Amino acid sequence: MSAASLLSTTPVASASKRGASRTAYILLLLPLLWLFVFFVIPLVSLVSTSLYDPAGSLETGYAMTGHVQNYVSVLADYRSHILRSFAYAAAATIACIVLGYPLAYAIAFKAGRWKNLMLVAVIAPFFTSFLIRTLSWQMLLGDQAWFADALRFVHILGPDGHLLATPFAVVTGLTYNFLPFMVLPLYTSLEKVDPRLMEAGSDLYASPITTFAKVTLPLSMPGLVAGTLLTFIPAAGDYINAELLGNPRTQMIGNVIQNLFEGGSYPEAAALSVTLMAVIVVMVLVYIRRAGTEELL
Amino acid sequence: MVKGRHDRHGDTALDRLAREVARGMYGQGGPSFSRRGLLRTAGVGTMALSSGGLLAACGTSGTKQSAEECVSKDLSTTEKKLTWSNWPLYIDEKGKSLPTLEAFESQTGIDVTYNTDVNDNSQFFAKVRNQLGACEPTERDIVVLTDWMAARMIGLGWIQELDMKAMPNVEANLVDTLREPEWDPGRKYSVPWQSGLTGIAYNSKFTGEVSSFEELVTRADLKGKISMLTEMGDTMGFMLKLTGADPSDFSDDEWGAALARLEEIVASGQVRRFTGNDYTGALNKGDIVACEAWSGDVIAMQYDNPDIKFVTPEEGLALWSDNMMVPNKADHLGNAQELINYYYDPEVAAKVSAWVNYICPVQGTEDAMAEVDESLVGNPLIFPTSTDLETTFAFKNLDSKVREGYEKEFNQVIGA
Repeated sequence: MSAASLLSTTPVASASKRGASRTAYILLLLPLLWLFVFFVIPLVSLVSTSLYDPAGSLETGYAMTGHVQNYVSVLADYRSHILRSFAYAAAATIACIVLGYPLAYAIAFKAGRWKNLMLVAVIAPFFTSFLIRTLSWQMLLGDQAWFADALRFVHILGPDGHLLATPFAVVTGLTYNFLPFMVLPLYTSLEKVDPRLMEAGSDLYASPITTFAKVTLPLSMPGLVAGTLLTFIPAAGDYINAELLGNPRTQMIGNVIQNLFEGGSYPEAAALSVTLMAVIVVMVLVYIRRAGTEELL
Repeated sequence: MVKGRHDRHGDTALDRLAREVARGMYGQGGPSFSRRGLLRTAGVGTMALSSGGLLAACGTSGTKQSAEECVSKDLSTTEKKLTWSNWPLYIDEKGKSLPTLEAFESQTGIDVTYNTDVNDNSQFFAKVRNQLGACEPTERDIVVLTDWMAARMIGLGWIQELDMKAMPNVEANLVDTLREPEWDPGRKYSVPWQSGLTGIAYNSKFTGEVSSFEELVTRADLKGKISMLTEMGDTMGFMLKLTGADPSDFSDDEWGAALARLEEIVASGQVRRFTGNDYTGALNKGDIVACEAWSGDVIAMQYDNPDIKFVTPEEGLALWSDNMMVPNKADHLGNAQELINYYYDPEVAAKVSAWVNYICPVQGTEDAMAEVDESLVGNPLIFPTSTDLETTFAFKNLDSKVREGYEKEFNQVIGA
């Protein structure tokens, strides 16, 4: 809903409608200015940095030569990191759906008076910092921790096997950290589903599974799509989980960008950032088109 | 002497990462769609009006400064204050107070703001490069940075010249070995704060002695249980040693061979992680059992966990220093010199050394240490003798373009 339509419902004489829309624009001014300064300008600067001649350095300055070659070279050098990032993000997103959907469903339909408490429990991890939570996983998954010991005891892990510093640990961390972003939109969608529709489904002799597939799932699609985006996008760009829970061979694209930036290779770092952004935008557009939920956004 | 405060790893890792998280959150997501909608409304035309964007579109100019162009003034006579940026846990602490620093304040009446906002050389450089590159103040009077970064900043002309005459203690007490670094002959721009050694640490509860780097990177029982440092000079120094080159003077081909060796080691799965200070926690818990380590960290850990051992690898030890410098446009050069001079008094230096456990660059500290903490006298990691130092090596000083290329190759290997 736009600010204009909000304003037009205020009990002011209808003659002031034009005035109201002008007010809307004035109200928009500050956020727009904010976006301009903190989004548009940095974005333009990022894109131009990605086209600098990499022969420059901080000392000598960078020449703007429209060096599109930067993109070719980062794609050649870091293709495996890009693929790995998307693979991990996809795995984490799927894990979030598998864990988050039943949870959101239970909160929406079965929790009864525990509903609010359960919602608080979903949000509770945000009371501590992202970093502390990820560091805690380092301890939980550690080689000498009980969890790894137990797995070694039942021979799921070899005697020298470990959980920490593996792709499994990175995906676990990503899943854990982004799970609430999946659960909350799903819950909002499911909560709006009228239970009588499900009753109608069973009245019409649909099995519970068919009712779920034909009624509940389609009605919860907006939440599922929003949850997927909120999980997948930040997970693909994340580097803390790979840094703290991974090993040198599980580094993601975020780690590479950080290293390039700190090592002083600005044009390449920028080219890689723009690439990541572009790939994500394209994937999201395709996904939304296929899911048919443009009106959500 | 507060030994309980030696918990170096927790704070350091957290500090560093907290800032990374903050940065990560800003940079993470792609553009969101509500923003896109707004942007469309705003019109793409506004983009063309962006002066910042337009400027960036023309490239950037160099950031080198010279003493003639970038003139700093000294307000020390009127303003009795000083801002000092140092690494975390790198000065004597007693609870929340800093005893030697407070003594300095009451002696001189100079009000010192002490910040521990240097966690990583490259990160700190990224933080101040815009100001220093444009000859603007950074609001810091003293910064402490490692040799190679100090060399880079001095090379960029970002550092004010010091007056040795104003620092008689430095003149008299600076150890001979640190007087003539290749990148700052005669110590015109920098004065060492602490030096340290890079070697091997292991947790004797989980593994036997690891006596050489060769062993560290090849022994089968250590597979997936060692860590190495992200600091390029340290790690590549040892790789160069392993491939038979001299870390203080090597050719491009030798660099390539050393890097190939590292690549093999990473591909074999031997290395679990490349770390900064944060290896200490993992070593303590046994997630890693042996690692490339900094001497001061290890001594500090030994107070709480006697299983931790530091070894001088057969290949030798890497020696480095962190240096105090006064950046351009810092307004309190005089006060800064007074502080540097104060810390070159052996009695003061001994108090700092007893807490931080790194090598003290001040002559006479070992004698003064007898008063502060008898047990540390003769500790070869704090007071190495000249024979101890014979096995040490330093990493070649590189010009910044070469370093950038090397860093990139190195990072590609350690984050494959």
